Parts: sequence; C-alpha cells; structure tokens
Amino acid sequence: MTQLTIAVGADDHAEGDASAAVTLVEYGDYQCPYCGAAYPLVKQLQKQFGDDLRFVFRNFPLTQAHPLAQMAAELAEAAAAQEKFWPMHDWIYENQEQWSGGDGEELLGGIAAVGLDAVKLEHALKQPQVARRIKADFNGGVRSGVNGTPGFFVNGRLHQGSPQALAQVISRLIDR
Amino acid sequence: MPILQPGSAAPAFSLHDGAGHPVSLADFSGRPVVLVFYPFDWSPVCGDQLALYNELLDEFDAQKAQLLALSVDSTYCHAAFARDRKYRFPLLADFEPKGQVARAYGAYEPHEGCAERALFVIEASGVIRWSYLSPMDVNPGADGILKALESLS
Repeated sequence: MTQLTIAVGADDHAEGDASAAVTLVEYGDYQCPYCGAAYPLVKQLQKQFGDDLRFVFRNFPLTQAHPLAQMAAELAEAAAAQEKFWPMHDWIYENQEQWSGGDGEELLGGIAAVGLDAVKLEHALKQPQVARRIKADFNGGVRSGVNGTPGFFVNGRLHQGSPQALAQVISRLIDR
Repeated sequence: MPILQPGSAAPAFSLHDGAGHPVSLADFSGRPVVLVFYPFDWSPVCGDQLALYNELLDEFDAQKAQLLALSVDSTYCHAAFARDRKYRFPLLADFEPKGQVARAYGAYEPHEGCAERALFVIEASGVIRWSYLSPMDVNPGADGILKALESLS
C-alpha cells in the first residue's frame, strides 16, 4: 500500500477544514487532459461531502509531455501571493481546452480573467521559491508512489482506482 | 524463470537504440544503471511510466546513474516513439533474437511475446542491487528506483 510521504501541512493549498473527516490530496498537472477531466469530479465531491472533505492540490507537472504545464503551475503558485491560488487553479482547469494547444498567450489571459495585479504577479513569478515549491511537490509525489496524473490520496493512501470511484471510497470513510 | 534477484551479476548485452547506435551495458561500467523493461512502445501504461522517468533524469544524474529502457520493438519504432514523447534517454531494441536480453533477466512474457514490466537497479560493479516485477497493467512509479539508488551511495 502506497502512502503519502509528505504530510498535509500549513503550506499546502487546501480548501476545507483541517478537521474534516477526509482529506483528499491531488497531485495534478494543469495541462494533463485526465486532470482536466477530474477537475469537475473534484468539485462535485466537494459539493457532495461539504465540511466532511478537505481538498489539497499539489503540483506534478510532466513538463516534457506537456510544455505549458510548468508555466501553468507557476502562474497558480504566483497567484497565491495575492491570495488567488484557487481562482487561478480553477480558471486554468476550466479553460484547459482553450489554452492547451496554444503558445502560452491564451494561458496568460488567466491573469486578467482572475483579476490579478499583473505587476505583482510578474514579481512573484520571479521568486525562486515558486519553481522550488513545484519541484518539491513533484519530488514528494514521486516518493509517495505517484506514477501519473492525476494522482489522488485519500487520507494519505494512494487511490488505485479511477477518479470516478473516489466518491465511494470517501463516503465509506465518512460513514465509519 | 523469475526475474533476476539482488546479488546476481547483471547479464551483459549490446543492443541498438532508436538512432541505430549500439549501446552496451559495459558502456556504463563504473556507474549505476537503471534498467527498465516494458512491454510495448505506444501502449498507454508504458507511455505514462516512461514519461515519469523522463522527468526524473536530473535525479538519476545526481546519482550518476544511467537510465536505459528496453522493449522488443524495433529501432524505427523506438525512434518514432521517443520523438513523439520527447524522451531524453535511450530506448533499446531487444528485437533480434526477439527478447533475448529480457529472457536473460527473467523478464520475458512468452505468451504475449514481449518484455515484462520489470525494473532493475544495477550497481557500478555490475551486480543487481534491486529488482521489481510489476503486473503488466500497473505503472510501478519511481519510488522504488530512487530508494534503491540512494541505498548505493
């Protein structure tokens, strides 16, 4: 059984309360179509389980397969400095089909769409901790046995089935 | 025959990569080698597995290790697959006699006619330090490889 080696902490991007019965961690690549397909599923899970579920997103960009994955991850991480990680994260996935085939221009459209201060964002993007964090997320994911994206952990345990099967796993843990 | 276990000498081989260049295990003597047998180019699980390793070349480099991936596909097939997926490590063609190297490592699946999904970490002296056989349809990830490489240093 494969376990999450990096415990969820204060530095993580999390939606929901730390006291929730279930914590779902996703290792995701913003340009991965399977992650794009899992995005509405996660939203659905959050709606379905409400306060019982905390959702954490960590970066796992496969940069050779997905040339814009790193840039997208950097944008979301830099947006966090303006407290806009989640709006950026959501915009990137909701518009994945529009920007994914482009050269990055369409992706940068997210800056205005989310209402970010472009000057501050540019400054944030230059901070070495942005790339460092993405790399640390990636390495932690590899150590935890993430073998592709999206990689989900439910209460620290690698979810081996399809994303569609997550609802059942989560509801069983909540009912316990 | 089960896959070769830790402590066994790694069988020597010389095969061609996607560019048609000969690549031998002996070329990397004095360095650890990560040897990855996989069933087929273009198959979904293999593609995901190799994409992950492609992201980890810096990690392997840091351990001075060389990554080599082998399947029974031909050099031309390897070249097209590597180009399409932007792989930056050699794909070796265990093509003729088919699966000969996979057989030597106990990693040939005779019914499917392909290599098993098997991983080996070979230490600098040429002895297998770690090996792992994954079910055909399961991507084994990289955590085992990284742990084995770290145990060498």
